[in-house]
Amino acid sequence: MADSGEATASGGTPRRDFLNLVTASFAAVGVGAIAWPFINSMQPARDVLALASTDVDLAPIAVGQAVTVMWRGKPIFVRSRTAQEIEAARAVPLNDLKDPQTDQARIQRDPWLVVIGICTHLGCVPLGQKPTDPRGPYGGWFCPCHGSAYDTSGRIRQGPAPLNLAVPPYAFTSDTKIRIG
Amino acid sequence: MASGLHNSDIPNPVLRWIDQRMPIFTMMQKEYGSFPTPRNFNYFWNFGALAMVNLMIMIATGIFLAMHYTPHSSMAFDSVERIMRDVNFGWLLRYVHANGASMFFIVVYIHIWRGMYYGSYKAPRELLWMLGVVIFLLMMATAFMGYVLPWGQMSFWGATVITNLFSAFPLVGEWIVTLLWGGFSVDNATLNRFFSLHYLLPFVIVGVVFLHIVALHITGSNNPLGIEPKGPQDTLPFHPYYTAKDSFGLVIYFIVFAGLVFFAPNYLGHPDNYIPADPLVTPAHIVPEWYFLPFYAILRAVPDKLGGVLMMFGSILVWFVLPWLDRSPVRSMRFRPIARICFLLWTVSFLVLLWCGGKPAEEPYVTISRFAAAYYFAYFLVILPLLSRIEKPLPLPESISRAVLGGGPLPAGAAAKPMEKA
Repeated sequence: MADSGEATASGGTPRRDFLNLVTASFAAVGVGAIAWPFINSMQPARDVLALASTDVDLAPIAVGQAVTVMWRGKPIFVRSRTAQEIEAARAVPLNDLKDPQTDQARIQRDPWLVVIGICTHLGCVPLGQKPTDPRGPYGGWFCPCHGSAYDTSGRIRQGPAPLNLAVPPYAFTSDTKIRIG
Repeated sequence: MASGLHNSDIPNPVLRWIDQRMPIFTMMQKEYGSFPTPRNFNYFWNFGALAMVNLMIMIATGIFLAMHYTPHSSMAFDSVERIMRDVNFGWLLRYVHANGASMFFIVVYIHIWRGMYYGSYKAPRELLWMLGVVIFLLMMATAFMGYVLPWGQMSFWGATVITNLFSAFPLVGEWIVTLLWGGFSVDNATLNRFFSLHYLLPFVIVGVVFLHIVALHITGSNNPLGIEPKGPQDTLPFHPYYTAKDSFGLVIYFIVFAGLVFFAPNYLGHPDNYIPADPLVTPAHIVPEWYFLPFYAILRAVPDKLGGVLMMFGSILVWFVLPWLDRSPVRSMRFRPIARICFLLWTVSFLVLLWCGGKPAEEPYVTISRFAAAYYFAYFLVILPLLSRIEKPLPLPESISRAVLGGGPLPAGAAAKPMEKA
């Protein structure tokens, strides 16, 4: 025990420092390994993940009409746009946009626009799905919480929201059906 | 007492700034760093620290389980199965929590046994010991209510049988039972209040553990010789000597714990508790969890409802007055040849009761339980008071250091000089 605090023969780290470091490192790895199951248990459980996709039948939606479906607990806006609405969305120069993105980049097939119906400002649901709702100055959606206005492509045009309404991952499973998620 | 900044000698300037205003680092250094601790601890002195760690594990896993559990009679069972199947690592949290209860009782039983064998309950540590008994009673209540939460058959019928114990008391019994149930049988109201109390009581335990440690740090620890340290040569600073020894014990404890959790997670449980609670059908063989079996055996050994209940509660409450039943001034059983044998026999009686409690209520187990229960009480109420008068103890060592280090008489100056650097 007499040499426990002294330098080793090779002239490197004292043995006691080495032992302290090794012990502390093992304890740190152990604490990390124990902490992970606790943190991971707070992530979505498997039954929650199992509900992660939603099928939507587009056939009953008339031109100019919009429906709202639930996906992962969030509203999804599915809108069958009129020819004028599509034209209006595509006529906008990208320079006028706060979050520049072409309409074509946001859709898969005309006339369908599919976006997550959550304002990118602070998470309210914008108005504009029902014919009687205010759609704001750009004919898309209008968020009543803080006055953000979206156009017919769901892009932010006015107000505090920083980004366009997000497009969820989805795919056409047939000509009249989509699967979101 | 003068007010103003604490005169701190913590070297780190940031920690010193805090310590001057709130001397918690000085306190930690005093109570867990340089705290003088008898130098002759054996591994039985690990179990207090192990119990502390176990309590922390139970609270941590319990809080995370509560994030997924639903305390409703129609959803509780399914929510537990969802924890086992769907929640990430839910199976691990639940198995650690369930087996953690068993580990907690193993650790605490050894801790209590240590206190009884080495006379840790004797003056001046009576209050320390009584606080420990309070902790044990709180643990039993917490464990019982926790076992009800999965709402399986054993949960339901365990809750029914244990709450009905209180109906044995004359006059107020029925009222107490209705109060526990919140209705006319064990039902949703019972489950809800048990969940609430199961979450509350561990924090009450933390509070009493704090008092237990405060009392411990006033009297200092007992030791295997049962004689008080006479000076610095009899003690070691808590750190690094006992932090290291406790850490080693902790590693062994974790190996045993992990063995249970990963290789036999249901070994100490009952298969019947994987059947959802059914108020119309009682399981054929109903037993409590293993850690209640000794007391359950005492209950069943008495052929009278109130008598059995009183004996069962009395078997633990008698621990409260143990410091006054055993009047022998010699603490450690090492120096009490007769008491030592009687206490080891008491240990056997406890284990026999544990074994009988898990057997059906029929012969020969009932008779065996009666003999074991009789000895259990006789040890406390007859043998110890009697031996306090008639037993002639072996000669006690002069001091801890003399007994541990051997050798001739101490040099005159040794008492003033710590010996841990020798």
